[in-house]
Formats: sequence, structure tokens, C-alpha cells
Amino acid sequence: MTLNIESRTKTVSETGLPVDEIVVNIGPSHPSTHGVGRVLVHLDGDIVVKADMIVGYLHRGIEKMAENRTYLQVCPLTDRLDYVGSMYANWAYCRAVERLAGIRVPERAEYIRVIVCELQRIASHMMGIGSAAADTGATTMFIYAFDVRERIIELFEVLCGSRLTYNYVRPGGVSMDLPEGWTDDVLKFTSTVRRPLDEMDKLFFGNTIARGRLKGVGVLSAEDAVAWGASGPTARGSGVNWDLRKHDPYSVYPRMEFDVVIGDNGDAYDRDRVRLLECYESVKIIDQAISQMSGGAYKADGLARLITPPPGDAYDHIESARGSLGVYLVSDGSPRPYRMKVRSPAFCNLALVPKLAVGHTLADLVVVLGSLDPVFGEVDR
Amino acid sequence: MTSLLWGALVGLVCGIVIAVAALLGVWAERKVSARIQLRLGPQESGPFGLLQTLADTVKLVLKEDITPTQVDVRIFRLAPLLVFVPAAASLSVIPLARGWAPFNIATGALFFLAVPAISVIGVLLAGWSSRNTFASIGGIRGASQMISYELPRTLSVLSLCVLTGSVSAVTIHDSFRWWWIPLNAMGFLVYFIASIAELNRGPFDLPEAESELVAGYFADYSGIRWAVFMMVEYGGLVAAAFFGAAVFFGGGLGIGGPVGALIFVGIAVMIVVTMMWVKWTYPRMRPDQLMNLAWKVLTPMALVQLLLAGIVTAVIPWH
Repeated sequence: MTLNIESRTKTVSETGLPVDEIVVNIGPSHPSTHGVGRVLVHLDGDIVVKADMIVGYLHRGIEKMAENRTYLQVCPLTDRLDYVGSMYANWAYCRAVERLAGIRVPERAEYIRVIVCELQRIASHMMGIGSAAADTGATTMFIYAFDVRERIIELFEVLCGSRLTYNYVRPGGVSMDLPEGWTDDVLKFTSTVRRPLDEMDKLFFGNTIARGRLKGVGVLSAEDAVAWGASGPTARGSGVNWDLRKHDPYSVYPRMEFDVVIGDNGDAYDRDRVRLLECYESVKIIDQAISQMSGGAYKADGLARLITPPPGDAYDHIESARGSLGVYLVSDGSPRPYRMKVRSPAFCNLALVPKLAVGHTLADLVVVLGSLDPVFGEVDR
Repeated sequence: MTSLLWGALVGLVCGIVIAVAALLGVWAERKVSARIQLRLGPQESGPFGLLQTLADTVKLVLKEDITPTQVDVRIFRLAPLLVFVPAAASLSVIPLARGWAPFNIATGALFFLAVPAISVIGVLLAGWSSRNTFASIGGIRGASQMISYELPRTLSVLSLCVLTGSVSAVTIHDSFRWWWIPLNAMGFLVYFIASIAELNRGPFDLPEAESELVAGYFADYSGIRWAVFMMVEYGGLVAAAFFGAAVFFGGGLGIGGPVGALIFVGIAVMIVVTMMWVKWTYPRMRPDQLMNLAWKVLTPMALVQLLLAGIVTAVIPWH
């Protein structure tokens, strides 16, 4: 249900505020702000006439902290950016460092990175659609999604000992080789994960109430998606064919066969469903990567513990679960970065909230917020 | 004098029944939702975790009774009572055996449908007196929803009144015929859906929608006052199930004695569990969709059912 806000006449009070509006403060502590987001909503009846997105409650100054640490010490900081997809931030940062210092990464390490990051993509998307579903009251869907995510987290725990902040991808490769039998566990996971994914597709995306709640809500046109700098499933849901794995290929992705999932209408339903369908593609990539992977070194040989890149700057980006995640590094020739800047896809996507929520009901606002899948660690940095 | 004593006794029993219904209802909800969601539910306290809700009750009773400073104190304290009393009163007219209800009044069916509607005032006042935007929106949502669903719910039972020529719940219960079940199938569906909405349960739990309104109209309540709202939800759930079983299925399908009583309870439990099953499967609806469902789908369905009952009564002179 949408309403043309501009065409309405307003009675204005002495203070200049329309008398028939109420202001509802949602967040920073609220069940469906996905962390510490805050939206200041102006409501006319049940219709949102204005939504101000207020960010910064999780600002830890990670980019500034990076300036006082060596290149290796920054790695654990990048874990804390997108805490639902730590592997991505690790990898994006490491690619920038490798470009800056001219480090060559062994092929096996690239395959390992692809495998862990595609697993991470599934885990992150499960969190995304699970909490988007929980926002509409479908708590069972949330638990089902977390069941799949938990299996991936357990794989990561075996891999590097951590469940959330892995610090696994390091400049020049990865921190340690795959444990014995780990790829068999991954194959066991990929061979059984399609069933729960199908189940979720039917349980939530096939449900009449869920379709009614998500379809036609927060419609984002392809032109707007590009103009607002949206990326990842948020842009692809609007039909923008943009995936860095295909369109700016990096690592060993050119050797993988997979499709870019694209939505038609650009509404919340398409954004959420693109995430689910991308999981099937990730499963394909993982299977291919494991079958193509051979032995060899898991990290670059002869790499100094203290990386000292020559003066200069470097930017590199990867396709994270939320979109184009880029890291820009400036070096002054010292062992510490002179400046680090993170191009955060969650931040760019979240900027769409005021645009998408206006004209919808309060109940749709949380659907819009959930369909953008923000992670505030990355938004506020 | 004796009728006054009887009234006081029934009132007390109804209050206790609601409390016990809440104890068992919350436990059952936890167990049912756990089975649906790959979990186990309460395990440790007592057999099958049965005492978990008792422990929760003790905690809630012992909690500090907080009245936030900005609220309208008297209305804030009155609201839970206004919600609780009608719910308890409605229990007293449910026919439990052949020819017997705690209060066998001539307008039992109407009483059961009309009196819980007074709860709307309590819900509205709870939201209003909290002086909190979330609570206000929840209260207004609750009031509009409960009033809208009152209509299809009443109409669905009205077709039974037409069939029996009586608005007495006991008469409807006693004159049950087996072929009423297929005849009233649509009416029962309307009653089932409208009852869920009437109780503010998922997928119609908009007044207390956690992801939007945190807790809706009782966002500012805590401790035992909060528990009263929960008790009413589960008391209402049990009442709706038993009343539905009594009028739509003639209690135990018209069978008397202990076997009939067992079937009666069995049908009621099935209704309760199905309501929980629905809640834990479906997402929540949006306010405008909810209103559309009430006025454009359920009300016409109930009217068609009423017409059907009227035609059957006119054509077949069975009573």
C-alpha cells in the first residue's frame, strides 16, 4: 500500500510541525534494527512520511586504529567490520595489501579463500534472510536459517578455531592449511544443504502471507540502484547485472561456472530471494573449487613478518555478501598504513532506507530495513 | 443469596482456570514451537519441563511492580483488570456437559461472543495510558483489529443459532447433529481464523508485533501486570477452543459420558495445537491486509454460511 505524500495538504501547528504527524523513534535498541541502527520515523496515521536513518552507534574508529598498527595487526581489526562475514573483510584488506606490496599469492591459497568466502556467503545470507523473515514474524524461518548457518560456523571452527572473527585470510595467503578431512566435511555439507534451502524457499518465499508482506514493498528501480551506489543482492534484486566475481574477476573466479542471480521487480521480495538463490550458486562454486584445488603452499614463501610496502596507494575490492567491499590503502613506506578507507556496501545500501520506506506503513519499514541486510559493524566502522 | 454465592464461586473458578490455562498453554506453546523449530523446549524443571512455567510465574509475582513515571497511573493499573475480567466471565457460559454450563443463561452464545469484546477497552486504555508511541500504536491496532474480527466471529456462530432456533449455548450444544459438521465447515473456518485474530495471536499479532512495536500495548508493563495480559491470551485461547468444540462439534460429537468428555477435550486440544501450529508457521500480516481479510473475505464467508443455514432450516423442518 503506497500513498502519494506530496498531494496531501497538511495542517501545520505553530511550531511548523504538521499536527497530524507523530514521531516514532525506532532504535538504536529495537528488535528489528539489526544491531544498533536508528530510524526516526514521521508517521501520518500508519503511513511513513519521512524516515531519517541515523547511524554511528557502533563507530569504533577502525580506519583510524589501523594507522597505528602494522599491516598484519590490522587483519583482526577487519574481522570486526562485517562481523557476519569476517572472511570478506579479511580478504578485501589482504588483496589491497598484496597489491600495495606486490605479493604473489599461491594458487592453493586462492582456492582456499574462494571456498571459505563462498561458505561465508551462505552463512551471511542465512543471517540476512533469517532476520528479514523474523522481522515479518516468521521466527521458524529464522531458526531454520540459523541451523544451516550453524553448520558452516562449525566448519570454520574446525578450520581456524573461531566462530565469528576468523582472522584467517592473511596477506600472502591464509593463516594455516586446511585440516585433514576438512574438504570432505565441506562436501558433505554442500551435498546436503540444498534440501533445507528448498525447504526455506517453500516455507517463506512460497507463503501467501510472506508474499503479501514482501512483494511491492520498497521498490528500487535499476537506475536508482546504480545512482545510489547500491551493490550486491540489493542492486541485483532490482535487475542490475553487477557481480564483481563476474564483471571484475579476481582470484580463481574466472575458472568457476556459476550464474549471477537477478531479480525482476526490485522489491523486498526480490532482494531477499536473490540472497537465497545465490546460496545455490555458492554451493556450485565450492564444489568446483574443491575438485580443482591441488596441493602446494597455502601462503607466499619468504614473506617478511613486518610487511613494508613501498610508498604509494592501492585499492582493491571483492564481492562480499552485501555488495562491493573495497579497501583503499595509502603507504608512506613505513610498516604501518598511512591511511585505510573501507568502501562499505552495507553503508551505501542503508542510505536507501529514507527513499524506500516513505509512503509505506510502519510495518513495511522493518521489511525494507531487513531486505537491505545491514550489518552495523560495517556501516559505522 | 445462593445464586450470588454460586456466582462468586464460578468467578473464582474461572479466574483459577485462566491461570492454569496460562500455565499449561505457555508450556504447550514452548513445546509445540520447539518441535516445529528443531529445538527441545523446556527440559529441566519437572517431567517434560512442566514446572518451567510455574517457576516463571513465581518470578513474575516476586518482581518489582513498576509503574513508569510518565503514565496515567490509575488507568494504567486498571487496564489489566479490564482485560482480565471479561475474559474470565466469558468462560462461565461454555457448555461442558449435556444440558449444563456453569451459568446456563438463555443468551449464552451471545454472552460468550459479546463480553470478551469489553477487553478492547482495556487494550486501548493500556496503550493510551502508557504515553508511549509504541504502546499507543499497539493499543489502536488492537482495538481496530478486535472490533473488526468481532463481526465475522459472531456471524459464524449465528448460523448455528439459526439452525437450532436458539441463542443459548447449552441448547446449541445439546441439539447437535453429525451432518452439521460438513454443513458448518466454512463457518467453523471463519470462527477459527477470527478467534486467532481476536486473541491477537500470530499471524495476526500486530498489536504486540515484536519486530515493529516491541511489545505493543503492554510494552510498559512488567511483572504480574504483564503476566495478566499473557494469562488472558492463553485463557482466551482455551475458551475459544472449548466453546468452538462445544457449539460446532456438540462437545463430544453428541456422545455422552466419559467417552464424550474425552472426545470433547480432544477436539479442544486439537484446536489449541492447530492455532499454535499456525502461529509458528506463518509470518505476520500487515494492518491493511488484516482489515481486508476481515471485511472482504471472512465477513462474506460468514454471511454465505448464515444464508446456507437459513435455507437448510427453511427446507428441512427437522425440529
